[in-house]
Amino acid sequence: MGKTLAEKILTDNSGGDAHAGDIIIARVGLAFVQDGTGPLALRQLKESGLEQIANPKRAILFLDHAAPSPSRELANDHITLRQFAEKSGVQICDVGEGVCHQLVAESYANPGEVILGADSHSVTAGALGAFATGMGSTDVAIAMALGKTWLRVPESFRIEVSGRFTNGVYAKDLILHLIGKLGADGATYKSLEFSGEAVLNMTMSERFTIANMAVEAGAKTGLFPTDETTQTYLDSRGRGASFRALSPDPDADYERVITIDASSLEPTISKPHSVDNIALVRELAGTKIAQVFIGTCTNGRLDDLAVAATILNGKRRHPKTRLLIAPASSDVLKEAISAGYIQTLIESGAVLLPPGCGPCVGVHQGALGDGEACLSTANRNFKGRMGNPEAFIYLGSPATAAASAIVGEITDPRELM
Amino acid sequence: MLRGKAFKFGDNISTDHICPGRYFHLRSNLPELAKHTLEDVEPGFCTMVNPGDFVVAGLNFGLGSSREHAAVVIKMAGVAAVLAKSAARIFYRNAVNVGLPILICDTDRINDGDELEIDLANSLVKNLTSGTELPVGKFPDVMLSILEEGGLIPYIKKHGSF
Repeated sequence: MGKTLAEKILTDNSGGDAHAGDIIIARVGLAFVQDGTGPLALRQLKESGLEQIANPKRAILFLDHAAPSPSRELANDHITLRQFAEKSGVQICDVGEGVCHQLVAESYANPGEVILGADSHSVTAGALGAFATGMGSTDVAIAMALGKTWLRVPESFRIEVSGRFTNGVYAKDLILHLIGKLGADGATYKSLEFSGEAVLNMTMSERFTIANMAVEAGAKTGLFPTDETTQTYLDSRGRGASFRALSPDPDADYERVITIDASSLEPTISKPHSVDNIALVRELAGTKIAQVFIGTCTNGRLDDLAVAATILNGKRRHPKTRLLIAPASSDVLKEAISAGYIQTLIESGAVLLPPGCGPCVGVHQGALGDGEACLSTANRNFKGRMGNPEAFIYLGSPATAAASAIVGEITDPRELM
Repeated sequence: MLRGKAFKFGDNISTDHICPGRYFHLRSNLPELAKHTLEDVEPGFCTMVNPGDFVVAGLNFGLGSSREHAAVVIKMAGVAAVLAKSAARIFYRNAVNVGLPILICDTDRINDGDELEIDLANSLVKNLTSGTELPVGKFPDVMLSILEEGGLIPYIKKHGSF
């Protein structure tokens, strides 16, 4: 029997033959924490007595969730992280550099390695063919110190996507559709492995959007095979040498195979308060929106800002709808400035936030008021997520977000394209 | 042997319910953070729960963020164990790592306020109120060893590695 992509990568990194269900000790190629999970990781590291980091070049602290700091307490947490980086030699990405997952994708993740992040959306790097998964502070702290972790080799679902997206439909619509189909716990402990014509045609940015949300169906990782698109992306980041060709064996054993025809999809939206609460955008047309947020590790990349700028070009946001934009990284911001997207967005009435997580986690920069509804391009809409349990969060594509900002109500982007 | 009262919750209790992001600034002040445990789903939970009581939930408990603080604050609130029909992967692992027992069983057979007795060593949950016994899903050996040491840090201190 052949191997799934997850089994192949975990075999390579465990020195044994990894099969679904096995418990293995895996070599960790990259381990990272962010400012919400890092301070606890450092306290645990100290408590463990293991203050030596196995490979400081492959251990990173990101200041992105509460950056710039909104409070004294968080500013002090940031000091703790900076001091540790200085003392231990681990890498640090400070305020304004961007969201950890975007920076991992741009500068750190290598195909074929095991990546642990103390953040659930660490699965994003699966788009580059890395076995990337989220864990808590203690697990990642120990992985930083020992350079290894224990893992249960997951069973896999193959997600076979045929066809091409029609106008106004994007990777975000596909992954929301899939999560609606699987349910919020439909893939718990599983590896989602994407394949098919539509996947081969996807840009890296689209693959990141999809891998990023694998965890919203409970998955342990969301993996893409590597190909020319992967190689070109790594080349563009000056990291072409890290490319490795990776694909599952044709006779690999999948627990489930799910087929989706991309051409049959329509703009899709997730309703409050769970990600799998899916509807078509047109079914919710008319729902008033107080704030639109375009950004995050899910949809804060250059192509996302390009789509939004194209729709908003020459138009204004609705006077009763705030429009917040947070590029996923400083490189994305610089490229968006060069391309003119930022100028267009600001002329349309957008507020530009620094590269980072923005209001996604409810820490700062755009917390919602009581009864307000937000249409966000993020990945999560749990009650209280954006700082207020009395608010309502809808999740959609940057196109849906931009169209809704203009109309002030949930709007199918195809009406404005 | 653990004995206490069940506090019953529904399906899909997320880490945002357990430990809301708006208290992000309290993550290095765990006693203060713990005062807000589960408040978005059960206001005043921390004043009602007694040391040794249990959180009893439905499907997919702890979905969402990797914040280990969610498991930490439940433990700090005095909860002796979490029982659920199923748990999200990261929360499950975090709970074990911080020494909070998490047991997978048919929680439909537990009502809010029921008295429970849990025998961790033998994976047994007894509902003393209804007089029934509930079978519990087994931990992988590595997790059982970590839990027996009281969490991953004591485990690593003792064994040095996995």
